[in-house]
Amino acid sequence: MENKSSFLDINKKQYDFREDIIYLEKFANGLSREVVERISKIKNEPEWMLKIRLKAFEEFCKRPMQNWGPDLSHIDFNSITYFISPNEKVANNWDDVPDKVKKTFEKLGIPESERKFLAGAGAMMESTTAYHKLRDDLTAKGVIFCDTDTALKEHPELLKKYFGTVVPMSDNKFAALNTAVWSGGSFVYVPKNVKIDLPLQAYFRINAQNVGQFERTLIIVDEGAEVHYIEGCSAASYSSDSLHSAVVEVIALKDSRVRYTTLQNWSDNVYNLVTKRAHAYENSYVEWLDANIGSAITMKYPSVYLKGEYAKANILSVAFANSGQIQDAGSKAIHFAPNTSSTILSKSISKGSGKTVFRGLVQIMKGAYNSKSFMKCDALMINKESKSDTIPSLKINEEDVQVGHEATVGKVGEDQLFYLMSRGLSENDAVSLIVGGFFKQFTKELPLEYALEFNKLIELEMKDSVG
Amino acid sequence: MNLFEIKDLHVKTADKSILNGINLKINEGEVHVLMGPNGSGKSTLAYSIMGHPKYTIINGSLNFNDKEINSLKVDERAKLGIFLGFQYPSEISGVTLTQFMKQAHKSDMNYVEFFNMIKSKMNELNIDDSFIKRSLNEGFSGGEKKKNEILQMAVLEPKLAILDEPDSGADVDALKLIAQGINNSRKKNTAVLLITHYNRLLTYVKPDFVHIIHNGKIILSGDYNLAEVIENKGYEEIIKENGK
Repeated sequence: MENKSSFLDINKKQYDFREDIIYLEKFANGLSREVVERISKIKNEPEWMLKIRLKAFEEFCKRPMQNWGPDLSHIDFNSITYFISPNEKVANNWDDVPDKVKKTFEKLGIPESERKFLAGAGAMMESTTAYHKLRDDLTAKGVIFCDTDTALKEHPELLKKYFGTVVPMSDNKFAALNTAVWSGGSFVYVPKNVKIDLPLQAYFRINAQNVGQFERTLIIVDEGAEVHYIEGCSAASYSSDSLHSAVVEVIALKDSRVRYTTLQNWSDNVYNLVTKRAHAYENSYVEWLDANIGSAITMKYPSVYLKGEYAKANILSVAFANSGQIQDAGSKAIHFAPNTSSTILSKSISKGSGKTVFRGLVQIMKGAYNSKSFMKCDALMINKESKSDTIPSLKINEEDVQVGHEATVGKVGEDQLFYLMSRGLSENDAVSLIVGGFFKQFTKELPLEYALEFNKLIELEMKDSVG
Repeated sequence: MNLFEIKDLHVKTADKSILNGINLKINEGEVHVLMGPNGSGKSTLAYSIMGHPKYTIINGSLNFNDKEINSLKVDERAKLGIFLGFQYPSEISGVTLTQFMKQAHKSDMNYVEFFNMIKSKMNELNIDDSFIKRSLNEGFSGGEKKKNEILQMAVLEPKLAILDEPDSGADVDALKLIAQGINNSRKKNTAVLLITHYNRLLTYVKPDFVHIIHNGKIILSGDYNLAEVIENKGYEEIIKENGK
């Protein structure tokens, strides 16, 4: 299927390339208590963080591999490296980033995006953050946007207060692993009533082989503040596996608005096992826009815990599973407070032997009266062998609530294709048009540049989809 | 030379034969009406001309500008200038009419020029501007869908348009606009094969020929007046007189 058109090649190369980097630090493959201690030591961390790491490592060891969802039994935790660093310190000027690292991010268009339409940008390769910068006027307003290691040094009080409060280490095996060996990630604090006009973006890149990337992101949006955070990711392709296991914690305080957008485009040798959760306090609005296109297996269910009255959540997740891929994605909205509302929309496409799974959970706790939730999932299968599963779950423990659920599963219809082709579109163009339309509810929410990138990625996946 | 000629066309679907030897010649700018009872093969003929994969030609040929098109794909037929106005147009979620037509039109027009062109054609058909942004056929009423098909014909300016019941589901106002759309295309020399059950549309679009189809064969052809005969006598009597 590859190599048919030059257009395809150019686009593949845009994400799948390797730089020959000399690493300053590279741990031997394998995971142990000593590895956890060494990571903490290299970072010169306070004792309390080392304690958290070690406790999490114990938690990781004693927890069995989860027995639901895709088969993860062939992940060999000792065949990857847990710390590999191409740079010594975080630069806030691209000229100070090591040449080849800088070259990588230039190829991915990060500095250009930063100049054109971002309020701040971060770039991480392997285990460490290479670059982080926030616009000066926002720094002056008290906004903090840095890598999480720097935040631990400069703002220990905020980390002590919030780290692990949204996603505790006991949440799942991979949350425990991340807590034990975390490195890099973004830390965002937006002070009261500060509204950031343009998005903040972080980009995560895996360049080497057999890498474990465990970034830790913590976003705190104070009362009445607003932020749009965007993350992108990609990796060079190898025949052996890499593991990306992030934890993202979002705290949306009273009257705040947070939108968190992800364009996940890992190469197909990456296991992407991520825990993302937000706590939404009174009258706040949290949105997850989560797109999964790459990776071998993704398991990711962005969640919102609606903890304050009148809090709202909107979770829009899309997935594209090509041959050999499993996109096990979905969303959770848990209503703890009265008058809270949530909407969940999932759109997924499976192509070739690809498989998409939607897991959705809406839970309304006792006391969360007058809450509303609507969950909808649409799945589209392109080929006969494509697979899709829908696993919605509604747990309602309060009476005065409105909860709705809808699901559609379909194939690209012969009659739809005939209709479009009867106006002169080729079969490939007709399928692409249907697919683009199917994802429209997602793409129309993205800033233009990201919508274009998303469409391009999908187009790339759709090449030679028929015949 | 005829623009389009159907010679002894036999078509089957799955295991059932539906068309049993259709012969028809259509010239530029002519309007042919095809009438017949339910199940007589009208829509099958329309789908077969456009090349729907469900229908197999077992004998005979379709010739467009003297070239046989039996084995051409749907999009290749469309590119020759054949158009099918659907009885039941598909709904395509998230795709707007403008986006679809811009891709189908394949012209050098820039987006603004194209947008203005489509808008003026929408005005002619009294189609509301909001249709530009709505998903193709999604949530459209019967009449809106039919007007939308006529609009696409007006945009693409085909050489041959097969219109499968463009009047069904349309109210009187829509019917007049649809007729006007057909007449406009005719003026631009588009040949039309119009499939209908009712005479109502023919009071606005005066056909050159009327054909009656029964059991997959054309059993009687005539001029405009034949439509009136059908109206008066009904199919059953005509079939008794002419059919087998």
